[in-house]
Amino acid sequence: MSKVVSMKEAVASFVSDGDTVVIEGFTHLICFAAAHEIIRQKKRGLTLARLTPDLVYDQLLAAGCAKKLVFSWAGNPGVGSLHAFRRAVEGGGAPLETEEYSHFGMVARLQAGASGLPFAALRNYAGTDLPRVNPRIKTVTCPYTGEVLATVPALNPDVTIVHAQRADQNGNTQIWGLLGVQKEAAFASKKVIVVVEELVSEKVIRADPNRTVIPAPIVSAVVVEPFGAHPSFAQGYYDRDNDFYIAWEPISRDPAALQKYLEEQVCGVSDRAGYLRKNPGLTERLRAKPMVCEGVNYGY
Amino acid sequence: MATETLACTPSEMMAALASRELKDGEVVFVGIGLPNLACNLARATHAPNLVLIYESGAVGAVPERLPVSIGDPALVTGSLMVAPMTDIFQYFLQNGRIQVGFLGGAQLDRWGNINTTVVGPYDKPKVRLPGSGGASEIAAHAKRMLVIMKLGKRAFPAEVDFVTSLGMRYRGTHRRDLGMPGSGPVKVVTDRCVLEPNAEGELEVAALYPGQTLESCQAEVGWPLKVRPSLGSVAGPTAEELRLLREVLDPKKLFLKG
Repeated sequence: MSKVVSMKEAVASFVSDGDTVVIEGFTHLICFAAAHEIIRQKKRGLTLARLTPDLVYDQLLAAGCAKKLVFSWAGNPGVGSLHAFRRAVEGGGAPLETEEYSHFGMVARLQAGASGLPFAALRNYAGTDLPRVNPRIKTVTCPYTGEVLATVPALNPDVTIVHAQRADQNGNTQIWGLLGVQKEAAFASKKVIVVVEELVSEKVIRADPNRTVIPAPIVSAVVVEPFGAHPSFAQGYYDRDNDFYIAWEPISRDPAALQKYLEEQVCGVSDRAGYLRKNPGLTERLRAKPMVCEGVNYGY
Repeated sequence: MATETLACTPSEMMAALASRELKDGEVVFVGIGLPNLACNLARATHAPNLVLIYESGAVGAVPERLPVSIGDPALVTGSLMVAPMTDIFQYFLQNGRIQVGFLGGAQLDRWGNINTTVVGPYDKPKVRLPGSGGASEIAAHAKRMLVIMKLGKRAFPAEVDFVTSLGMRYRGTHRRDLGMPGSGPVKVVTDRCVLEPNAEGELEVAALYPGQTLESCQAEVGWPLKVRPSLGSVAGPTAEELRLLREVLDPKKLFLKG
């Protein structure tokens, strides 16, 4: 049965106030379209978890959707700061609870969650202040070698939202380019929303099964929203909008400008198609050049 | 190598010196900014077989444009492998497959500890910085860790406000007693001198750049600098290194600003 729904329906059905929400994607395939719908639906009290909060969580924080942020690197990549985040933490904005790891710590947390284990062990954090400020980073003694290893607790989100290049109507999802931790986040999560550039037939998926990262049985909903990752990118579809990331600096620095941005670009449209109409020329400017790989032989 | 000293900016000097630390065929964990320029300069000169790994997952990346972020799509196109981040941190980094790691930060102290988390107290920071990202584990595991940072009184305090990434010594304990297998910072390439740890793990001046004095370095460092008995000399960038940096690698001066 088809799981294809609109973004409005997907967020209304699968994201609830108070949920732990993961919108993953490491620089690549960050689903801004879903975050914007969460803002439009005025979800509140969310715990937002992500390695790099990026602009996507800066916007959710500014919109008042979150009570807590779980993260490992909170900056504007290649540019500087996330100012809504900084205002919250430095005392100039609404208070925000934080829980902080390193990238490896967050990766390990999602992997433990995806594996059905209560924690992950890693050789890390000795001689740093991270465990001092995050009591959830603990240690365990290896029963085989006696080595003391760091541990981080499993992360099992209520809902994970993954942007991808393509999926079929059941949610078999194919991703190429940077893979981040989308697979781990999806398997760790109680519910999964997949947002794609293109809906394809099951035949297309079956022709190249090695490229499937998330399988249908763990997917709750499939949403089709082309350019839904902008200003992030989708390899083979559109480039990262580096100019937007640079332009975000003065916007996020000024709370009034940030609210105006949200009013116009988020609440002022009803979906991604509306966002694209509001930003003419964007798709032409960023459209990826073709660099198609040769297929492989799956025969036997 | 040119014997005369060509006019160059501090950033160009740092990128050139850092690139010479890389050997052909090594596997290097690359960061954005000057480390990325240093690695691509090395690849264009003496180390064509350098394997560049970015924490975003690109292995053997050959970026045709200067990546603005650590996850630029140009890192993927033409790379040897795209690994999920679980593989990058576990199989490559934690399993000792990375020879060189590059770090920088807002603060670096006498023992080479690096702070990228907060200026001021953690609970009430004066400045909230981005945090660890992958830095903490790079510092734990890189077989040879290099740092690129400009000197400055606020950037080089005697003690950092927060240890995000372990240097040679944490609260009195040497890193060899902390179970972290990496080397720690073996070299800190600054804009005036090169610092290296002594046997106790304290960073001391190992080489001075042309035109610099111990006094000019000390003025920018928050602890009394010790000096190697025999100071190394440093050759500035060659004409070819400068040409590559200026015309090929960063023509818009995104990272070669000062």
